[in-house]
Amino acid sequence: MTAPSSLAGEPVVDARLASEHGLTTEEYGGLCDLLGRVPTYTELGIASALYSEHCSYKSSKIHLRRFPTRSRRVVHGPGENAGVVEIGHGWVAAFKMESHNHPSFIEPYQGAATGVGGILRDVFTMGARPIACLDSLRFGNIDGERGARMRHLVDGVVRGIGDYGNCVGIPTVGGETGFHSSYNGNILVNAFALGVCRRERIFTAVASGAGNPILYAGSRTGRDGIHGATMASEAFDSESEAKRPTVQVGDPFTEKVLLEASLEAMRSGVVLGVQDMGAAGLTSSCFEMAARGSAGVELDLDLVPLREASLTPYEIMLSESQERMVFVTQRGQEGTVASILARWGLQARTIGRVTEDGRARLAFRGRTVADMPVEPLVDGAPVYDRPARPPADLARRQEDVRPEVPDDPLGALKRLLGTPELGDKEWIFRQYDSTVRSNTIVGPGSDAAVLRLKGTPSALALTSDVNPSYCWLDPRLGGRQAVAEAVRNLATVGAEPVGMTNCLNFGSPENPEIAWQLRECISGMADACRAFDVPVISGNVSLYNETEGEAVRPTPTVAMVGVIDELMEMGVEGELNRLLGCGFWRPGDRVLLLGRSGDEFGGSAYQRLLYGVEAGRPPSVDLGGEAALCGLLRRARRSGWLSACHDLAEGGLIVALAECAMPWGLGMRGSFDGGPLSLFSEGQGRAIVTASPARVEEVLASAEALGVAASDIGEVGGDRIVLGFDGGAVDGSVDELRRIWTEALPRAVG
Amino acid sequence: MKCGIVVFPGSNCDHDVYHVLGHVLEQETVFLWHQKTSLDGCELIVLPGGFSYGDYLRAGSMAAHSPIMAAVRRHAEAGGRVLGICNGFQMLLEAGLLPGAMRRNRDLRFLSVDVHLRVERDDLVYCSGYRRGEVLRMPIAHAEGNYVDTDEALDDLEQSGQVVFRYVDSEGNLASGANLNGSKRSIAGVCSAEGNVLGLMPHPERCAEALLGNGDGLALLTGAVRVGRGAELPAAVGG
Repeated sequence: MTAPSSLAGEPVVDARLASEHGLTTEEYGGLCDLLGRVPTYTELGIASALYSEHCSYKSSKIHLRRFPTRSRRVVHGPGENAGVVEIGHGWVAAFKMESHNHPSFIEPYQGAATGVGGILRDVFTMGARPIACLDSLRFGNIDGERGARMRHLVDGVVRGIGDYGNCVGIPTVGGETGFHSSYNGNILVNAFALGVCRRERIFTAVASGAGNPILYAGSRTGRDGIHGATMASEAFDSESEAKRPTVQVGDPFTEKVLLEASLEAMRSGVVLGVQDMGAAGLTSSCFEMAARGSAGVELDLDLVPLREASLTPYEIMLSESQERMVFVTQRGQEGTVASILARWGLQARTIGRVTEDGRARLAFRGRTVADMPVEPLVDGAPVYDRPARPPADLARRQEDVRPEVPDDPLGALKRLLGTPELGDKEWIFRQYDSTVRSNTIVGPGSDAAVLRLKGTPSALALTSDVNPSYCWLDPRLGGRQAVAEAVRNLATVGAEPVGMTNCLNFGSPENPEIAWQLRECISGMADACRAFDVPVISGNVSLYNETEGEAVRPTPTVAMVGVIDELMEMGVEGELNRLLGCGFWRPGDRVLLLGRSGDEFGGSAYQRLLYGVEAGRPPSVDLGGEAALCGLLRRARRSGWLSACHDLAEGGLIVALAECAMPWGLGMRGSFDGGPLSLFSEGQGRAIVTASPARVEEVLASAEALGVAASDIGEVGGDRIVLGFDGGAVDGSVDELRRIWTEALPRAVG
Repeated sequence: MKCGIVVFPGSNCDHDVYHVLGHVLEQETVFLWHQKTSLDGCELIVLPGGFSYGDYLRAGSMAAHSPIMAAVRRHAEAGGRVLGICNGFQMLLEAGLLPGAMRRNRDLRFLSVDVHLRVERDDLVYCSGYRRGEVLRMPIAHAEGNYVDTDEALDDLEQSGQVVFRYVDSEGNLASGANLNGSKRSIAGVCSAEGNVLGLMPHPERCAEALLGNGDGLALLTGAVRVGRGAELPAAVGG
């Protein structure tokens, strides 16, 4: 082949063009040194994608190393398309969470839909069949005239997620949705998917064996999504609207047939490696596969199936057209894979082969348009230890603002339940199929979703959590709290955590205050992961979530997976769906409060939503105490003592009790040892459980043995929540609370 | 009874029905690829839920023209049992094997919720485990389940007893709040004049095990594979 060169009509490559591609002068210089010449236009495009934060983690890598990534269950940690852990009985779970924030803000429906598509492909390229999704969403203010655009975004994102996941047939079983003005200019759409597979059937994305063919499968390549990875690594400005063409367009039907065809192809025994084309399309899939196999690739771009013939090599390599895959097969077995794909109505074409010289060589119309070393570009991407310092106003943020004692605690409860933040999210999740695949025992709206694992006595539990206000006030504590709450949520259904994934959503890391947030959040999360022995097996970093200098609240979304080894230990088969939920359902059950109650109002829903105060220190997180509580919950669950369980989170005890009462319309009567303000405290490490009177002694004795504070605060029954406190009582109709709660979100989104 | 579940590109409830028929009810169950032209001796044919061909045209319309549908039609015309669930029901309408049509849900959004159904016929083999008037709870998950036909046709349908399930409240009463997708006359499921072809929007296969908290759908699938004849079924059926 000839020496690589740009094509006629392509822009002249120089430092200025490199800068327009998001490369710094140093990065561009390094690239020229690496190649020993000025890169071609195609090479510049490739390098800019591989060096983007989205692909290279250049600003976060140094911090991500703090996460524990191993355990006896981990099969594949970070670095693969999805992490893989053993879940027992010869099965493994592959899961990951990924952001699609930037595209969803620009084009909510397609942005969110393709976010779901991308994460599903990450899972099934591992050979695992996706069985569940979660979605963690953050929106800005949706009220009034100024909220009109945000309501449009809520509607588009929810429709996009629903239409894609529903069509592919993967249930969305949980997630979370929050609202805060810091997301006015940058919404967050974090999609999680989990798949299962037999241990021996796991695949990895490795290109190996010189001479083996590289097959392209799925949709044709078009111009959509070019530079998506680069866009996702930039802040927004007034020009962002013009980036709409960088948002990909999804086709869930093609995804579904690609899913079935890929799994079938992988079972055929002739496939060696699989990789989807996600961010940075063909570029990242080929480079990353080659890097993992310490191999090279040779591609003939004339063979790539195109939507229109006029695409340039630069566009072909950077297109983020959806529903595309790359397979490496054994030599001579291309036909086997192609015929499986053809049966599903999909095209497969050999576009190149694996080489052994560690270089990526791309040909187009008889010319070489790129010839680059793979490994230095993928693994040798720049790594930055960005300057970090605490925000100048941190001390002021953390100044304690004494909360007002509520004159009317019931009124305060109603106002909280009437906010979109704490209101019922059914308006969202009723648009998502949550029961397809017929595994869902506990679906959306609970602390953790529970899915049975067919053919085994086990079940999986899934949850996602983060409190951005806590993270803003004290990122280390906030990071720790997010992990602790996820572990607690899993414990409420008796599940042992087996692995975690995350989406780290922050502003620009080039701002030292944001770099500090990122570092501190990760430290806090890593501390908690070690304390609970939860490995981080995959994850995603989304930086530059800021618009004209306004960054989002630091939002390190945690998604965690737990295993319930013996589902039937927890109770009678026909009652499991109720007793693994959080609702009161059996009159006469005792209501117990577990964990120590202290007054914690920093970043609380009470202060924030009722008084507009976001200040103080967030609730302290006692990792030892949390572990003891979770141990108690799991033991009580495994012993079949509990009939319901709910963790205390935003809004504190009184909101939690309302959330227990509303699902089945059954109230409680009791009393609480504390003042009216304490009803709203967000002290961590607490849960409400219910048990039949005959079981109360066992729960209390077990709590004492484990050093967990426990008190009997009342009895389930009636249609009111009646809770005495020091100096008064809350007495509210469950029906009325439920009406306020269920109407909150539909009213807000209009 | 040998059961065949037709797999169209985009079917996504095929595995769920297989699980109930094959594993829970322990029937001989096979998948039938949409390009086949024979039913391999299956006596019960299930058209499962999903988004066949993405439902990019009208729900079920492309699938209704699949090669296998000619065999399904012959099977139905000979009195054989055909059960269409959700997307499968939509296909039966598009194929003309059942009367009526589907529109987008009333509020134009996908609906994934549990609904209550009233059993209107208990003389069909499918409903042999239910009593007439019984109220069932089943999940729905669809964007196009708003059943429609002309008033005249609906009168005929009612007169000939082809309405098998209706959306009702938990007490069994018709109410617009219980008819979430806006179906005419709250119709959730209809059968052919002979009663051997049944289509419904709710998903019995997702509520056929106590473990999932609801076993109301099991009787329907049990009835579907019941050997013998339902009171209204012609002699050609069953056996």
